[in-house]
Amino acid sequence: MDRFLFLTFGGLSTGAVYAAFALALVLIWRAARVVNFAQGAMAVATAYVGYAVASATGSYWVGLGAAVLAGLLLGALVERVLMRFVGHANPLNEVIVALGLVLLIQAVLGMVFGNGYRPAAAPFDTDALTLGGVAALSPYDLWVLGAVLVVVVLLALLFTRTPIGLRMRAAAFAPEVSRLLGVDVSRMLTLGWALAAAVGALAGMLVVPTGLGLHPHAMDLVFVVAFTAAVVGGLDSPAGAVVGGLLVGLILSYVTGYLGPDTTPLAVLVLLLAVLLVRPGGLFSSARARHV
Amino acid sequence: MTATRPSARSGVDRPAGPSPLRRLLPGAPAAAGPRGSTLLRHLAGAVLAGTLVVLLTNQLAPYQNLQVARVCAFLCVTAGYTVLVGLNGQLSLGHGALMATGAYTVALVQRAFDERGVQGRWILPLSLLAALAATALAGLVIGLAAARLRGPYLAGVTLAVATLVPAISTIFTGVFNGEQGLRFPAETPPAVLGAYFQPERWLAWIALLAALLTVLLLANLVRSRFGRSLRAVRDDEVAARLAGIHVARTQVLAFVVSAGCAGLGGGVYAVLTATVAPGKFPLELSLFLLMAIVIGGLGSLAGAVWGAVLLVALQDLPSLLTETFSLPSGLAQRLEGNLALAVFGLILIVVMLAAPGGLHGAARTLVARLRTRRRAPEH
Repeated sequence: MDRFLFLTFGGLSTGAVYAAFALALVLIWRAARVVNFAQGAMAVATAYVGYAVASATGSYWVGLGAAVLAGLLLGALVERVLMRFVGHANPLNEVIVALGLVLLIQAVLGMVFGNGYRPAAAPFDTDALTLGGVAALSPYDLWVLGAVLVVVVLLALLFTRTPIGLRMRAAAFAPEVSRLLGVDVSRMLTLGWALAAAVGALAGMLVVPTGLGLHPHAMDLVFVVAFTAAVVGGLDSPAGAVVGGLLVGLILSYVTGYLGPDTTPLAVLVLLLAVLLVRPGGLFSSARARHV
Repeated sequence: MTATRPSARSGVDRPAGPSPLRRLLPGAPAAAGPRGSTLLRHLAGAVLAGTLVVLLTNQLAPYQNLQVARVCAFLCVTAGYTVLVGLNGQLSLGHGALMATGAYTVALVQRAFDERGVQGRWILPLSLLAALAATALAGLVIGLAAARLRGPYLAGVTLAVATLVPAISTIFTGVFNGEQGLRFPAETPPAVLGAYFQPERWLAWIALLAALLTVLLLANLVRSRFGRSLRAVRDDEVAARLAGIHVARTQVLAFVVSAGCAGLGGGVYAVLTATVAPGKFPLELSLFLLMAIVIGGLGSLAGAVWGAVLLVALQDLPSLLTETFSLPSGLAQRLEGNLALAVFGLILIVVMLAAPGGLHGAARTLVARLRTRRRAPEH
């Protein structure tokens, strides 16, 4: 039972990171109907920036700010310089360009920082506190959960309570009409990419200290898991992404804890296939999937 | 459908200008003669190409022959892959894992015979056939799921498949020997060729034979009724279904064919070094393969050849640079591997943005443009 509780808490903490990452995917999907396969690589790049700044200034918080800022810039840059010019004749084109970006970013990171693992210090203790004799969450897990919660609330407020959020939603769902009503659709698209990349950057900063450290490929598996989380919740639903992230985090924590860490990729694939074949729109889809 | 196979007479009557129906079917046969000639033409082309490469291998040093062999092994994979992605519109990112399936099958079959002390020339083709069959089966399983998925969803699922290789090899360590992988007896040239025959040349011949067979079969396949079904499903599923094409069956079959080719290529790739290990089939391998077919031109078998050549050439680029410019060792170490990756990624992006038809498409456009320019003054 103790082990089950321990795995549950651990799963919630990693699930929070997956949720943030899935949220970034959903943001771009809603804005541009593109699954950003470069999300993982972009997050690694910003995490490198973040930890470089952190070690230069000695402050984790300055590094975190730098990473989020770098995310905003990188997201806007990718949209303005690349994605905007991809032909829409074939829906695969965006995916292929994103994969090219993955190769490019990982290679540049490898050339600049080297291919080895770089240690990344956590701002809080990562040893679990004991609550009533049960090893529960570590201070770092609490920070992860809190940070993700704040981001989710901020994004919800942005999209539902502010004029710019309304414009972004309008631009995503009815670009033609919004353009007629004076919304700068192309700027909203850039903003959507920038926001998503910033959320991804935060997720990257949060996930790196829990793994082996910084590495150009540190996010490969995280991306696949986050994609699964986004699909579980439904690519169209931000709330679904958060729930999906937590759910996938919990499931993977149990699988890893009881069956061994090597089974994780297998579990991800099974989960992904099960959701797609049984409920292709995700658990939170309201619209019926189109049948041909 | 008869319109795409015109009789010989109509071909003589109207030598210039494609028929309106022909224009509606992009990539349809350019000039089909009487029945059966497509096979003969492709066969002649394959024999010619094979002879040229064999003559070439006689002039090359061992390492260069190994490169030829690697190109041929990759050609098996890229040819099948480009049919799936380019002609059927299914983006799979799991072809690296399918290659691994073929490679491990070859290793397991060869070891099984070796442990029992059985030897013979027939073991190699048998193991390659087993690789083809095993991977086609894996492709059937993935394809059955894939037929219900579209675009980014399919890409995501197959990406998850690509991350499986190290996990599977570690979970079933007893069979696959984890990170270390498997060794099996190296292929040696037969005694008929003489005692001093270059082993690498023999390997190049094996790989060449596999590549020629694959490309020959695929070239006929894409020009057949099935090939037209592939393109019809890619362009419009509803229209294809109205035309009586079984959409799901076509997609699954395309995946099976493509997987079989990947398995054969992976098997040959394993034979070249007589080892398999999960480290040889990382996630990037799948992305490299994608880059190869995109650069060559999606859906074009000639493009698959370009892609396979580039794949091998670019992997050797960093060592070539280091030797040529005598870079400092620290820099060289960082460039090692990464430079090829960066070039791959950059090419992938630039080709997608500037020339979605790939090298082969760009060359074709250029030739067509030159021709029209030459013809222009007459009008």
